[in-house]
Amino acid sequence: MKNYSKPVLDGRRIWTTPEKEIYSSGHLACPGCGVAISARTALKVFGKKTILVVPACCFAVIDGPFPYSAAGVPLLHCAFESAAATASGVRAALDQMKINDINVVAWAGDGGTYDIGLQALSAAAERNENMIYVCYDNEAYMNTGIQRSSATPAGAWTTTTPAYPGKPERKKDLASIMIAHKIPYFATASISYMNDFIDKFRKAKDIKGFRFIHLLSPCAPGWKHAESDTIELGFLAVRSRIFPLFEVENNKWKITYNPHPTSINKYLDLQGRFKHVKGEDIKAIQTEVDKRWEELCEKCDLPSQINPPEQPVQHTRNQVLSKEQFQEVLSKHFINFSDNENELAYQMLKSLWLDKSYSHFSDEELICNIIARVQMCDCT
Amino acid sequence: MPRHELLTGNEAVAHAVAMAKADVIGIYPITPQTTIIEEICNLAANKTFSPKIVHVESEHSAMATIIGAAFTGVRTFTATSSQGLALMHELLHWAAGGRLPIVLANVNRAMAPGWSIWTDQNDSLSQRDTGWMQFYCESAQEVLDTIFLAYRVSEQVLIPSMVVLDAFVLSHTSEPVEIPDNETINKFLPNFTPSFKLDIDNPCSFGALLRPQFYQEVRHKLNDAMSEALIKINESDKLWKQLTGREWGIVTEYRADDADYLFVTSATTASTAKPVIDKLRKEGLKIGLIKIRVFRPFPFEQVKKYLTKCKRAIIFDRNISYGHHGIFAQEIKSALYGVKNSPEILCYTGGLGGKDITPQLIEETIIKGTKTKLNGSLFEWI
Ligand SMILES: Cc1ncc(C[n+]2csc(CCOP(=O)(O)OP(=O)(O)O)c2C)c(N)n1
Ligand code: SF4
Ligand SMILES: [Mg+2]
Repeated sequence: MKNYSKPVLDGRRIWTTPEKEIYSSGHLACPGCGVAISARTALKVFGKKTILVVPACCFAVIDGPFPYSAAGVPLLHCAFESAAATASGVRAALDQMKINDINVVAWAGDGGTYDIGLQALSAAAERNENMIYVCYDNEAYMNTGIQRSSATPAGAWTTTTPAYPGKPERKKDLASIMIAHKIPYFATASISYMNDFIDKFRKAKDIKGFRFIHLLSPCAPGWKHAESDTIELGFLAVRSRIFPLFEVENNKWKITYNPHPTSINKYLDLQGRFKHVKGEDIKAIQTEVDKRWEELCEKCDLPSQINPPEQPVQHTRNQVLSKEQFQEVLSKHFINFSDNENELAYQMLKSLWLDKSYSHFSDEELICNIIARVQMCDCT
Repeated sequence: MPRHELLTGNEAVAHAVAMAKADVIGIYPITPQTTIIEEICNLAANKTFSPKIVHVESEHSAMATIIGAAFTGVRTFTATSSQGLALMHELLHWAAGGRLPIVLANVNRAMAPGWSIWTDQNDSLSQRDTGWMQFYCESAQEVLDTIFLAYRVSEQVLIPSMVVLDAFVLSHTSEPVEIPDNETINKFLPNFTPSFKLDIDNPCSFGALLRPQFYQEVRHKLNDAMSEALIKINESDKLWKQLTGREWGIVTEYRADDADYLFVTSATTASTAKPVIDKLRKEGLKIGLIKIRVFRPFPFEQVKKYLTKCKRAIIFDRNISYGHHGIFAQEIKSALYGVKNSPEILCYTGGLGGKDITPQLIEETIIKGTKTKLNGSLFEWI
C-alpha cells in the first residue's frame, strides 16, 4: 500500500490516497450516488482504525443488510436522532480502555443532522467530543422517499412540497450554527473537488476534538438529475457559489477554493426538482447566493465579487494527452489506480478532453472530475 | 468485612454502581432521580471509582451514549424517572434489541400532566414490552444488592436491566445498609468481558437492516434469553446468600403458607403491608403477603405456586392500564389462565401520583377484598 505523497501542482498540494480499498463493492447505493464516492474516499483517508456511527439514512441502507457490510470498518447503526450521542459513547468507552488511535466518525444525512439530530449534535459539539461528524447533505429525507428537510433549498420540489413554488423557506444555515459552537474544525467539501476533499479529511483526522465536515451530496433520484451528472453538479454547486468550499479552523475562516464564478442557471437546469423555477424565482435564488457569498468573503477577509460574468473563462485544449502522458500525470500527482481503473480513466479523458462542454474546466479540474468519476465506478 | 452506612435508596444505587466499577455513565437530572447522579459525581470526584461521565443534554442521549459505549465493550449505567424514561423509550428497545447488558435505575415517578414528582409505577410499566428485565425493590439494602445482581445477570444473558425504586419513600429515605467489601463484589461480579463489540480487527456492522427471514429469529432469541434470565437470577440470588447471607427471591412470600387470602403487591407497598398482615393475623384472618420483585421476566411458575394455594388473591397495583386494570393484576390473571385451583381475584389500584399508601388503607383494602361478594372480575379504585 502506498502512503500519501505531497507533490505540488500549481502551488497547491495534491494528495493521493492509498491504493487499497476499505469500502467494498456490493454496497446498495443508487447509480450515481454521491454518498458512496465520499464514503469510499473518506475511509481511505481515515484508514482501518476507524469506527463509523450511522443513524437512519440512506447510508444505513447503502452499507448493506445483515449479514453484509460494505464499510470495511466496524459500523454501529444507531437511532435516527442519536448519531452524535452514540458516537460520544463509543469515544467514552475507548477513552476508558485507554485506546486513543481510533477515529470515531459519525456519518449522517441532513435530516439526521439539521433536524432530528440537531440537539444531540449541538451537545456533543459543546462538549467538544473527540469525533469527526460528517453530514452528507442530499438536501432532503431521501431514504423515506424525498421529503423536505430544513436543508432543502428554497424552490426545490419534494414529495412534501409538491406545489409551486416548491419549498418556500430558505435552507438552514447549519455552518453558522456549528461554527458558533467554536469547534476546532469545520469544513465544507465536495466529491467533485477530490483534492480539496482529501485535504480536509486529512486535516480533520489529525485534529483533536469536535470536527464537522459538511458534504454536498448529489442524489439522482432525489434531485431528479441524470446519474451521470453527479460530479458535474458538484462542480456547478461550487462554481456557482451555491456551495462554497471553505473551512474554519480555530475561528479562522478560509475559502479553500475560490472558483471563477458561473451563474446558477446551469446548476438548476440539470435538476428536475427545480424544473418550475423560472425568471424572478431564479433571480431571488441568485440574490440569496450572492448575499451569502458576500458574507462568507467578509468573514474570510476577501473582497467579494458579487456579479459573476455569465460566460466563464474558456480553456482551449488541442490534443489529447497520450496514454503515457496521462499515466505520468496520474502517477506523479494523483491517485494510484488499478489497471482497470487506469483504462477507464483514460477512456474518459479521451472523451472529455476536447469536449467543448467541458471547456469551462481547467485541466486540473477536468482531471479531478475524471478521478471522481472513476472512483464512482466499481471496477476494482 | 462489610461496613454499615446510613443510605437513601438513591445513595445505595450510586454506591453499588461505583463498586460495580461502571465505566461509562450518561447523566441527566430529573427529580427524584437526580441525587443518584449527583452522588455518582461525588464518588467519582473523590476517586472512589473512575468512570467516564458523559454530561449529555437529554435522557435520550444518555441512553444513546451508553448504548454506544456498551457496543464498544464496557460496563455502563444511567438513571432516570418518568418523563426521562419515556423520552428514552425508542432507545430502550435499541438497548434490548442490541442485547446490551446495560443497567438503569428508574425512580418511579408519575407521568405528567399535571406535573407530579411523586411515586407510581406507570413510567416503568409503560416500558414493559421493550425487552428489559425489571426488578421492583422495597428497601435501600435491596436496591444496593439488586444493582450487583442486575449487572451479573445482564452480562450473563445479554439483556438490559431496570432496577426500580419508589420516589421519595425509598429514593430519599435513609436506612442502615450493609455494604459488602470489594472482595465479595469481585466474587459475585467478575470483570465485564463483552461477547461482541466494535472491533477494528474484526469489522462488523451492528444493527443493520434485518430482513423478514431474520428479524423474528433474533427476537425469538431475546425472548428465550428472558427465560434463561429467570434461572440465572435464581442462581445469582443463591450465590449472594452464600456470600452475604441475604437473598431477595423472584416472588417472595410473608405468612403465605396457610393463608386463605393473599395480598399481592410490589415495591414499598409490600413493606407497608407486613405489619398489617401481622395485625390481621392476630385478629384471626388467615392472610398472607406475596411480593412480586421480578416483573420481567415474568415469574409464571412462582405466581402459580403461591396463588393456587389460596382462596382469594387481593392484588394491589400502584399503576393503571387505562381501559383495563392494574398491570400486575392483568399479568397475574394471565399467568393463572386455565390453571387448576386458581383463586378468586380482586384487582385494586391506588396510590397513584404519590397518594399515600398507609397501613390503614391497606387494611381497608384487605377487609373489603375479603368481604366483597365476587361475581366475575372485579376492579376498583382505592
Ligand atoms: C425517530 C425516527 N423518525 C423517523 C424515521 C424515519 N426515517 C428513516 S431515514 C429518514 C430520512 C433520513 O434523511 P437524511 O438524514 O437526510 O438521510 P438520507 O436518507 O437523505 O440519506 C427518516 C425520516 C426514523 N428512522 N426514526
Ligand atoms: S436516494 Fe440518493 S442519497 Fe440515497 S442512495 Fe440513492 S442516490 Fe444515494
Ligand atoms: Mg438527506
